Amino acid sequence: MTRISIDPVTRLEGHGKIEIILDDAGDVEHTYFQIPELRGFEAFCVGRPVEDMPALTNRICGVCPEAHHMAAAKAADAVYNVTVPRTGRMLRELLYNAFYVTDHATHFYVLSGPDLIMGPDAPKSERNILGVVKKVGVEVGGKVIDARKAGHRVIEIIGGRRIHPCTGVPGGMTKAISEEERDEIKALADGMVEFAGFSLDLFDSMLADEAIEEIVKGDLYTHQTYYSGLVDENDKVTFYDGQVKVVAPDGEIHGQYEPKDYRDWISEKVEPWTFLKFPYLKKVGWKGLVDGKDSGMYTVAPLGRLNVASGMATPKAQEAYEKYFATLSPKGTPVHSRGATHWARLIELMQAAETVQALVNDPEITSPDVRAIPTQTPTEGVGTVEAPRGTLTHHYWTDENGVVTRVNLIVGTTNNYGPIAMSVDKAARSLISKGTVVTEGLLDRIEMGFRAYDPCFGCATHTMPGQMPMVVTIRDRDGNPLEELRRD
Amino acid sequence: MTTEAITPAEADAVAEAKPRYKLAMYWASACGGCDVAVLNLGMKLIEFTERWEPVFWPAAMDAKRADVRAMDDGEIDVCLFDGGIRTDEDAEMARLLRAKSKVLVAFGSCAGEGCIPGLANQRSIEAVFAAAYDPELNDVNGGTPNGPWGSPYGELELPTLEVRLRTLGQVVDIDYLVPGCPPETERIAEVLGAVTAALDGTGPLPPKGAVLGAGTSTVCDECTRERGVKTIKEFKRIQTLAEVDPNLCLLEQGLPCCGPAARDGCGAKCPAAGAPCIGCYGATQGVKDFGARLLSAYASVVDASEPEDIERILAGLPDTVGQFYRFSLAASLLHGGRS
Repeated sequence: MTRISIDPVTRLEGHGKIEIILDDAGDVEHTYFQIPELRGFEAFCVGRPVEDMPALTNRICGVCPEAHHMAAAKAADAVYNVTVPRTGRMLRELLYNAFYVTDHATHFYVLSGPDLIMGPDAPKSERNILGVVKKVGVEVGGKVIDARKAGHRVIEIIGGRRIHPCTGVPGGMTKAISEEERDEIKALADGMVEFAGFSLDLFDSMLADEAIEEIVKGDLYTHQTYYSGLVDENDKVTFYDGQVKVVAPDGEIHGQYEPKDYRDWISEKVEPWTFLKFPYLKKVGWKGLVDGKDSGMYTVAPLGRLNVASGMATPKAQEAYEKYFATLSPKGTPVHSRGATHWARLIELMQAAETVQALVNDPEITSPDVRAIPTQTPTEGVGTVEAPRGTLTHHYWTDENGVVTRVNLIVGTTNNYGPIAMSVDKAARSLISKGTVVTEGLLDRIEMGFRAYDPCFGCATHTMPGQMPMVVTIRDRDGNPLEELRRD
Repeated sequence: MTTEAITPAEADAVAEAKPRYKLAMYWASACGGCDVAVLNLGMKLIEFTERWEPVFWPAAMDAKRADVRAMDDGEIDVCLFDGGIRTDEDAEMARLLRAKSKVLVAFGSCAGEGCIPGLANQRSIEAVFAAAYDPELNDVNGGTPNGPWGSPYGELELPTLEVRLRTLGQVVDIDYLVPGCPPETERIAEVLGAVTAALDGTGPLPPKGAVLGAGTSTVCDECTRERGVKTIKEFKRIQTLAEVDPNLCLLEQGLPCCGPAARDGCGAKCPAAGAPCIGCYGATQGVKDFGARLLSAYASVVDASEPEDIERILAGLPDTVGQFYRFSLAASLLHGGRS
């Protein structure tokens, strides 16, 4: 028996690590994808005033603090059963959609761009953002930086800070925006919509490339899982608020529920070999890390959201959605190829940009009425948003003084932990047989499988020139290293 | 990377004229916000890479521990280390990067004083696991993780959580601190500029232990809100205040603002946005214990003539540990209150 370790794969406040176990014939018997980090937010948030939760839980993730801030503020609203005034809610949604523009743009261009725009066979030295800029032109690089900046500026205006916003409180927001601030956001919003259109056109032109087409439609990372995501009252994709809708691999509706009822639908499987938990559909059951209709594995994030909804909430995004399904699944059944996530992400980028534009043009957006004062005794509340990497749920229980007594968090990427582990396993099995280790191919393809999910295990890979750091050590059954393969 | 980038000819001229220093940035038990704050330098970051060669930076580039191990001691000129020390693996990386770096900077609140994750020190490690893997909320039939696990195929490595979260300075010797959660991007640019000048010999080298990228006063001094001489009769929670005056000191309105104890340098953005300062830049210059300083500031503003009144008013704060040590529990004189 031989063990192959990939350590570190990438990072989520720590390393991701892969162990591949080969049987005596040299075929893959088992893989483990481990997350070696635990900080204990669910423990130490107990005893804190509930209004502190948006600031405390920001610190779960410095890449997507906006998602935690919103989920926490919504959970705090729910704890007091208070309804946020219309303008307060619009400001939250405006901030949140601007955050989506920034986050999705960063992922597509900086992280996945090198794989997609350069193509998987491009020399490694060119497979980074600098190579991308060289190929598509300096102007595009400028557009990406400008789009990120625009998003951050809107976040700062509404959220008070660019990283770890501070304005969400139970019942609304601490500040309104002025007419001058509104005008500044208006100008930025127009640029965002233009940037999203440019990105969709760019993707269209890339699809003509066979290698890209293979990534988007190919079989290597195809899993027949359930899909889950929020939908609005019109069954459209939504990010800030909605009901959770779950569809089966064949597209049949598994169920639709209010986020507060999540415990009837979701459980989390704890394994002794990794700190991260594996959520699964309770009513289907835990069958291990396998796909199919009998296994409770589900996929979230752009792929999941587009698969559960019947369309997008804004016109230009809807147009793109129709083209996406016409190309990938004309019958409208779920798209299973993980590579399609890149396309789905750009369609969401357009919806986010159009939503920013619509909200900032609402005549009430500068109203000072942004916060309601709770009147009820605090008890328990659930706040759920669609984080870019999946459905994010904060659940707080409090005493009658609004002090937290218990916390449960199901974080975006965590929902996808099972599917990501399956993609790792599938890549390993397709590339390793009878003891033959396809070295570079193995590393590259595992890497690309990860990137489609945009996992927050690699906040790392959100950012700058991105090769995943990988060392594969092949050991004998006693753990002695036989060979080390490095990716430089 | 953008149209504003300096031209290759200019870059060559800079490279010829000046040495290029080796920079490392590492995150231990962190949220990634410090790294995002550095990346948000945007164009400036690209300019800095003319003078700085990133040799190890998991957030931004390919990086392997083995490469760091292969370096000579002191080979890295400056290492920005963010994140707290939560696991045995974090501690190992701290020791490794200390050995390989001439200058080790505790970068951001986690490395400097433990930050929000340091609040876990108020709980036992058993309580941390009990909450994370609560059997009522999770399916734990297969056991729970901590440390190496005996798989059917031999032992699988997994880090072990240490009993409490430590700051970088509690594990290894550090040279400088850059406070903030995260440090503001503009302050980071100033720090990198000053460090470059110091290494070039064209600027002063800050004394060991100095706090860089921040002021020596308090957030109150940066805050634009008007301060009167008002005293408060009780602390209030924001969800109970129908109106928050947009121009008046938040503390004087009864909100438990940390401004009087917190170091300046952030621009007082939170109070400007109507939210009390939560103290993410740590204690101001010369203050060892954030909580003690804040407590004394509160004592001076409460309208009380008898010690019992002060006690009654302070009792209006539902979470004293969180209020006084929100970012600094791991570094505080309390050390988290547990052995």
